[in-house]
Amino acid sequence: MEYSITLHVNGEERIVTVRPADTLLYTLRKLGLTGAKPGCLNGDCGACTVNVDGWPMKSCLMLGVEAIGKKVTTIEGLKNSPIQQAFVENFAFQCGYCTPGFIMNCQALIEQHPDADDQTIREWLESNICRCTSYIEIEKAVKSVLQRKE
Amino acid sequence: MLPFDFDYFKPDTLEEAVELFQYLDHNGKQPMFFSGGTELITLGRIDLAYTEAVIDIKEIADCRVMSLNGGQLLLGSTLTLTEIEETNLFPLLTKTASEIADHTARVKITLGGNICARIFYREAVLPFLLADSQVVIVGPEGKKAVPIHEIFHEQLLLNRGELLVQTITESRFIRAPFFAIKRRQQWETGYPLITVAALKIDEKVRVAVSGLCPFPFRSKEVEIALNSGQSIEARVEAALRVLPRPILDDVEGSADYRLFVFRNILTDALYKLEKERI
Amino acid sequence: MDVIGKSVIRKDALDKVTGRAMYTDDYQTVHMLSGKIVISPYGHARIVSIDTQEAWKVPGVRAIIAGKHFPLVGESIRDRPPIAVDKVRYHGEPVALVVADTPAQAKQAADLIQVQYELLPVVNSPTQAFEKNAPLVHERLGEYEKEEDSHPVPGTNIATHIKIRKGNMELGWRESETIVEASFSFAPSDHAAMETRCAIAEIEPDGTVQIMTSSQAPFMVKQLLSDYFNIELGKIIVRTPLVGGAYGGKASVQLEVLAYLASKEVGGRPVKILNTREEDILTSPCHIGLDATVKLGADRQGKLKAAEIIFLWDGGAYSDKAIDVTRAGAVDCTGPYRVDNVWCDSYCMYTNHPYAAPFRGFSHSELSFAIERTMDLLAQKLNMDPLELRYINAIMPGDTTPTRVLLNKSNVGNLQKCIEKVRELIKWDEGAISRVNDRLIRVKGVSCSWKTSTIDANAPSGAILTFNRDGSINLMAGVIEIGTGTKTVLAQILAERLKMDVNKIHVRMEVDTQTTPQHWKTVASRGTFMSGRAVLNAAEDVIVQLKEIASCVLRAPKEDLEIANSRVFLRDDPSIGLDFKDISFGYKYPNGNSVGGQIIGRGHYVLRHISNLDPETGEGRPGPEWTVAAYGVEVEFDLRDYTYQLLTAATVVDCGRVMNQKMAEGQVMGAMSMGLAFASRETFYFDKLGRVLNPQLRTYRPLRYGENPRYLVGFVETPQIDGPYGARGLGEHGVMGMPGALGNALSIAAGVSLHHLPLIPELIWRAKEAANGAPL
Repeated sequence: MEYSITLHVNGEERIVTVRPADTLLYTLRKLGLTGAKPGCLNGDCGACTVNVDGWPMKSCLMLGVEAIGKKVTTIEGLKNSPIQQAFVENFAFQCGYCTPGFIMNCQALIEQHPDADDQTIREWLESNICRCTSYIEIEKAVKSVLQRKE
Repeated sequence: MLPFDFDYFKPDTLEEAVELFQYLDHNGKQPMFFSGGTELITLGRIDLAYTEAVIDIKEIADCRVMSLNGGQLLLGSTLTLTEIEETNLFPLLTKTASEIADHTARVKITLGGNICARIFYREAVLPFLLADSQVVIVGPEGKKAVPIHEIFHEQLLLNRGELLVQTITESRFIRAPFFAIKRRQQWETGYPLITVAALKIDEKVRVAVSGLCPFPFRSKEVEIALNSGQSIEARVEAALRVLPRPILDDVEGSADYRLFVFRNILTDALYKLEKERI
Repeated sequence: MDVIGKSVIRKDALDKVTGRAMYTDDYQTVHMLSGKIVISPYGHARIVSIDTQEAWKVPGVRAIIAGKHFPLVGESIRDRPPIAVDKVRYHGEPVALVVADTPAQAKQAADLIQVQYELLPVVNSPTQAFEKNAPLVHERLGEYEKEEDSHPVPGTNIATHIKIRKGNMELGWRESETIVEASFSFAPSDHAAMETRCAIAEIEPDGTVQIMTSSQAPFMVKQLLSDYFNIELGKIIVRTPLVGGAYGGKASVQLEVLAYLASKEVGGRPVKILNTREEDILTSPCHIGLDATVKLGADRQGKLKAAEIIFLWDGGAYSDKAIDVTRAGAVDCTGPYRVDNVWCDSYCMYTNHPYAAPFRGFSHSELSFAIERTMDLLAQKLNMDPLELRYINAIMPGDTTPTRVLLNKSNVGNLQKCIEKVRELIKWDEGAISRVNDRLIRVKGVSCSWKTSTIDANAPSGAILTFNRDGSINLMAGVIEIGTGTKTVLAQILAERLKMDVNKIHVRMEVDTQTTPQHWKTVASRGTFMSGRAVLNAAEDVIVQLKEIASCVLRAPKEDLEIANSRVFLRDDPSIGLDFKDISFGYKYPNGNSVGGQIIGRGHYVLRHISNLDPETGEGRPGPEWTVAAYGVEVEFDLRDYTYQLLTAATVVDCGRVMNQKMAEGQVMGAMSMGLAFASRETFYFDKLGRVLNPQLRTYRPLRYGENPRYLVGFVETPQIDGPYGARGLGEHGVMGMPGALGNALSIAAGVSLHHLPLIPELIWRAKEAANGAPL
């Protein structure tokens, strides 16, 4: 029971065969976009976060078919963005597994709330688990970019 | 990874959605209305939910309404919790909703989805219980507005094939002083240990609770006790004596501990709302 | 030092922020099949029947394995059937394995397998396991194959028993004026690495077994598969790409065995098994639990005179690595204090819980909670400052460890310096308690730790260096990049030794057991130490070869040559020299004649003087050195609600030498974060049937952004003389003191002694209610 759908991913139209029951995460990985990671498949950890129409989305909580007609951006779609650079400079990752999801959430935050205060940053970034770092590194990275935008 | 297969439908109108449901139901497809869909996806993957036909209603215009005019606040059932927070038309709802799941999940979770959820916290309903809101339901018999107290008892008692379209709330409630708190087992993430929403209207305190019992509730008996005119401590104790049962006793917290926490929260709520003057 | 100590950007940075970094599950081919485990829903039950009929009807199903006897597996005792037969011993244990074309088909079929169980009495804690007449988890314990240094007791639930007998206990108690005794316990918990464990197996027509796995121990996978299934070692190739967090949990070998069996069942086709989060928590090995009793005696000045310690480790249903954890706990049982009279019984207990893997700290964060809480109780009874009590008892060169290793200036760090530094960092002298208002108080707690690394006596490490035509160097070493950045540190070590630009060193991240020199396991904070030594050794090898050819071309004796900036040159006239690029593949004279050839550097290292422990007294040298650390935690505590916020957490560790400042801080802070989560929130909740009630990340909750405190990190640098540039282990130490320090802070704050983890408000409330004698 599979059929072809067209998704807008990272500025490209991609045709992919899916079961309606396949999540967006599974669909993206089928396209070779393995940056979004399976961590819980339950909407709990945020490792699979991508952006859909500019908002962070846990791609394990969305069906592939729900993304039809929407703009999907994955970590592979970010090129030399300030937040990626900030993660590097601030050592805001260790094992790197949560990193694509964290970066995509940060990217959406920067776009939606370029003037985000501590409370907003916290509220948004609570959605992802990083098991390696202390979060301080990630806080520094995201704040360095938010400040640049001001 | 959902192990079962289903057909996916995306009707444009309520009528279509309702008709589709009946048709699919008649054909044994165990259809399911789907707005945020997070419960189907998360419960389905561990074999606690099943359907052969998904009817995605999230972009039906009636379900997307968000307006405040004529003294009434209309909120569509498929508005996401983030949309509700960002527009902030109903501060008590904003506060309550913003504690559900986490921010990214709330981009997907919808108002109606949370109110109709199988996971029993359903915290988004608390403000509507306090505000004597009405809910707009559509089903095979057509569309109707029903006072929430008539149709929400522990859960929204929809008939098969019915769906929640909107909530209607009088604006005087959304301006009323309120108190909302969510306490968890530890810190800021996780299911509620206890969530309390309270507001003060016509000099009376109203309280709605999730996480204390295996269902959200607003209790007449509790409110009578809380508005009885004795000392705050005495009123809280009186309220504790008339709580619905059972008190939850699970990995989030024992029943005894929940009562300890609830006592303190009620006390805080009363102190805060006593001080408020409209 | 030009490179050592600098915050060199990680070699894996760009791949990790662009999504290019590949982990095991990211490798997928069209013909790869998908394996799905059916797990036991009970803690202890007899398998009555398994019906696979319906499951076979699912399209795409290629194999179903159930009820088959395979060789028993397990590292120290072969006590575990890879797939349960006859009975299940823990919630989550594999009872069947389905192989199908797609993950969805495999799951569909797995759901249709009907298993009938008959419940058996459950052993739900190590203390219960220790009781006479407790139900037996393993009825035939005496019949299992085992390693020589495992000491199971047939007819009981004891998987091993490690004894420490040092000094004279009678004398110790006689000299003790003050004695405290207390018991502590906590249930098993989880590593919760963000990458769930994943393994892929394929058997080629010639019998070569290809494994890809998210593992800390690919070489151990190779060894064990060979041992278990009698496969020629050279025909097993294990590849490990980047690993998405491990923390000890990926040092155990489990899914690799299942993937191998699955592939074998389908004629060698590649089969991938990716744990769901629930399986990763339940089925794969967890973080060990502990019931401990500690009795300490001190003289009037507070000097420790005697320690009697009983550890009952919750090894779970199978002993595997818990045997080693039990031993590691025994060898450092006293914490970092001089105690001349020590009696410790460390038991690894079988229970009907998920079985244990190593966990960052390898028994030390666990035992430290018991020891450090007892130290605070002792300080209280002595009416002494708890930090001062630790200071005067701090272990020093000249003291001996519980296993009677004589310490010297190199093999132990400077704990007193760590304590002094932490005292400043947390402003201890401003007082442990301050009042914010009538509800809130701020309270500090302290603790200390030490750790040696109990690893195999002949554990090897190796490194290979090759050159590129531009003179840059490729570095290959068997350490796994699990997030700790060790491979970047190795590049720094090499750059420092060759005095060259670290950017001209390319590090291979992936490890495969066929072409990468063997590194024992990426565990025990030993990566930098052992692999670093191997890299230094390889650097020497390269230097010799470079100088040899340069000496020929430059017509100068080798002794007159220097190496720096990717050049070999004359010491007295640096203008005369040769670039690496001109000699690393041989030197070509202008007329075309060539001399020399490709330079390949090789280096190795093996730990020396490690010895087995005496089974009666524990005497022996369990590890190379002891890293010490001191900690402080400050909380803001609500006197009415018993809730609290973490304000500050501090660690000062004597790491010998800081190799990369930011990475070192990151290791310590990340470890503190993990330790605090373990101390304050993470645990398995079991029901009476031994079922884990919270096997998801929405109910099993690691720390989230914003819940963390402010972190303070300090380093003391007492070089370990034989460490690379003096470095000691570092990756685990931030974890170890957190449970103790937090427990001490909260015990002071709540005014009641806390003996269990996790330290959730309900636990504090319960302790208060019990202390107040109020009915619960």
